[in-house]
Amino acid sequence: MMVDQPRYKTSDEVDFVIVGSGAAGGILAKELSTNGFRVVVLEQGPYLTEADFTHNEIEILALDKLTNHPKLQPTTVRKTPDEKAKQQRALVYGRCVGGTSVHFTANFWRFHEIDFIERSKVGPVPGAGLMDWPITYADLEPYYTKVEWEIGVSGQAGASPFDPPRSKPYPMPPLPVKSSGVIFERAARKLGWHPYPAPMAILSQARAGRSACVNCGFCLGFGCEVGAKSSSLVAAIRVAERTGRCEIRPNSYVHRIEMDANGRATGAVYFDEKRAVHLQKAKAVVVCANGAETPRLLLLSANKQFPNGLANSSGIVGKYLMFNSGGVVTGQFEHPLNDYKGYAVSRVLHDFYELDPQKVGFYGGGGLDARFDFTPISFAFGGLPPGTPRWGKDFKAALALDFNRTMEIFCHGTSLPVENNSFSLDPDLKDAWGLPALRLTYKDHPDDLKLGNWMFARAHELFDAAGAQKKWSFPAGEQQFGVHLLGTCRMGNDPKTSVINADHRTHDVKNLFLCDGSSLVTSGRGQPTMTIEALAFRAADRITALAKRGEISA
Amino acid sequence: MSELNRRKFLLRAGTGFSAAWVTANWPALLSAATHAHNAAKAATPPKFEFFTPEEAAEVEAITARIVPTDDTPGAREAGVVYFIDHGLVTFGADDQKTYREGLPELSARVSELFPGVIKFSSLTAEQQDAVLHSFDESAPAGRRGFRARPGAQNFFETLRQHTIAGFLIDPEYGGNRDGVGWKLIGREREHVFQSPFGYYDKDYPGWQSAAKEADKT
Repeated sequence: MMVDQPRYKTSDEVDFVIVGSGAAGGILAKELSTNGFRVVVLEQGPYLTEADFTHNEIEILALDKLTNHPKLQPTTVRKTPDEKAKQQRALVYGRCVGGTSVHFTANFWRFHEIDFIERSKVGPVPGAGLMDWPITYADLEPYYTKVEWEIGVSGQAGASPFDPPRSKPYPMPPLPVKSSGVIFERAARKLGWHPYPAPMAILSQARAGRSACVNCGFCLGFGCEVGAKSSSLVAAIRVAERTGRCEIRPNSYVHRIEMDANGRATGAVYFDEKRAVHLQKAKAVVVCANGAETPRLLLLSANKQFPNGLANSSGIVGKYLMFNSGGVVTGQFEHPLNDYKGYAVSRVLHDFYELDPQKVGFYGGGGLDARFDFTPISFAFGGLPPGTPRWGKDFKAALALDFNRTMEIFCHGTSLPVENNSFSLDPDLKDAWGLPALRLTYKDHPDDLKLGNWMFARAHELFDAAGAQKKWSFPAGEQQFGVHLLGTCRMGNDPKTSVINADHRTHDVKNLFLCDGSSLVTSGRGQPTMTIEALAFRAADRITALAKRGEISA
Repeated sequence: MSELNRRKFLLRAGTGFSAAWVTANWPALLSAATHAHNAAKAATPPKFEFFTPEEAAEVEAITARIVPTDDTPGAREAGVVYFIDHGLVTFGADDQKTYREGLPELSARVSELFPGVIKFSSLTAEQQDAVLHSFDESAPAGRRGFRARPGAQNFFETLRQHTIAGFLIDPEYGGNRDGVGWKLIGREREHVFQSPFGYYDKDYPGWQSAAKEADKT
């Protein structure tokens, strides 16, 4: 349900225009409007609410109701810059108010200390542009806590011996364990590892006017019908709306940041639902469009003064893209797990978060989680053991036998920042609005693939210790498709090797800020949204301080 | 409770004027709603919106080889042909051409393999399988295999995907009649579940840290 909002005229110069309403944009809208600023959020997708969310797999799997649409927004893919890219689906992101947080799995690990200082600790990695962050875990800790309490995260403080220090426990206990979690926990302990209850951005208890999770089983990929999943939609946007200072304007596709002759941003230019063009004026622009669309918008905004794209004096806008390495090992057990009930992930382990490159022979680290993230149809297409017939009597028998006896171990890991890995503008292909389409260039760093296979071997060990009847995986292959879109406008102190500073302000344009997956300097170990949200809370504090000191509009 | 009321109810549940009330009460209300909805649906005789009756018979015969009927119901009992028919005038309109061109092609293949026969549905089950095998290009099984790519797939692969979708979709959305697909795979037809969920978590004693567990042993 949409709360009554102010309606600003496009000619009103509001304090901030925010591009995108997802994990970062929703929180910035909440914080900046709460701090007294007038805010317009431009979201390219529709404004859907709990009433629009269903368990209809066709809408999700075939119609892309909540996500970017391959017909309207085609993409191209290639491995290296000397290839011509072919039209192919390159990415999935949320395209509705709340963005990807509406349909995500909701794994909410914090990054650890190492993620921020890894370059100093392990030294240079050949073929990669690994860099330290300009901030540390300690700088971000209060904001992680804020995410847990204000957005709503269920978990058990102190349960993992590898967890970084925290200032407060979780606001709610973990969600109920699943059979996959119990199997995982018992086997991992047998192996001397340290499983713990998964921190999830899903409510285990009713809170802030939202229902607790009812374990409906349509979680990953779906919007939550009861508001238990802690999306930006239910946990941030509604708070922003209640301030009376924030307007959410859906179906508004921003395709240029307007600049004046002095090199200052004056607003955001967008298509409305009928493809009429408008300019929303603002004192400052905050882009939270995700790790693909944020660099694309900067590149689309090239002008005489910024011929290589806005805020791109470094030439690295869109580069150093990281997807997170990893994949799935699947196992089957004797008795029913019924893991289709409930949310996806109930146990995690971080024993392999920091691997010693001297010992394993590659850079990286990761986490394992116990999950079942299939729905009935997606299971029939992707959950059966290799070699199962694709139709007929034996296919049917496998469906009957396997659906409730299957679980997955998801291996999440680092991706190294490689300069050639990027999102850029395709020179030929256009989207439905006639604008250059996104072009993905991606070839995994060899260490990322080695890590993936090393983690798969651990997951196989775990399934052996658990007494799985059957288990299988496929070797880690080169990725041609991403959902974690990280590092493409990275944060740093040096304008030559980064796009934004530690305040999320672009080095080149004083009143232009970027905050989303593109800001990340390293990839973490696989679950970036928690960190994107902590960065958004911190960015809101920094931007508020700058604005109050008169350092933005001057 | 009508479908509209269910939606209104979920809307309230989501924005949560009284979260405690909602948490306590909505599952019961919802299952009542679902029941009423299905009763109403069952009373409406199905009719075809895209296929001719002859085409429908051919398509149904194919679906019945993809998920055959044996000691448990298959695609035929799940009413998959009605799901596909309705799909082709709604979500799957882009696939109309695939069916319009695929059905004559199928008939030609039937005659080629079994001279004198025109209709797929008049072949024996073994003969039908032979025809379908001649169409089936084995595609590598991806983790997220199901994505409708209009025009990019052959007739059989499109029909295979639609059949599986129509057999396993939540019965509220026009397929999986009487929930027979979910009965087969062992998915209870409820909107809400409570822990314990399965065999391995039913005796779980609750979270204990590894240190505590080590003390006990």
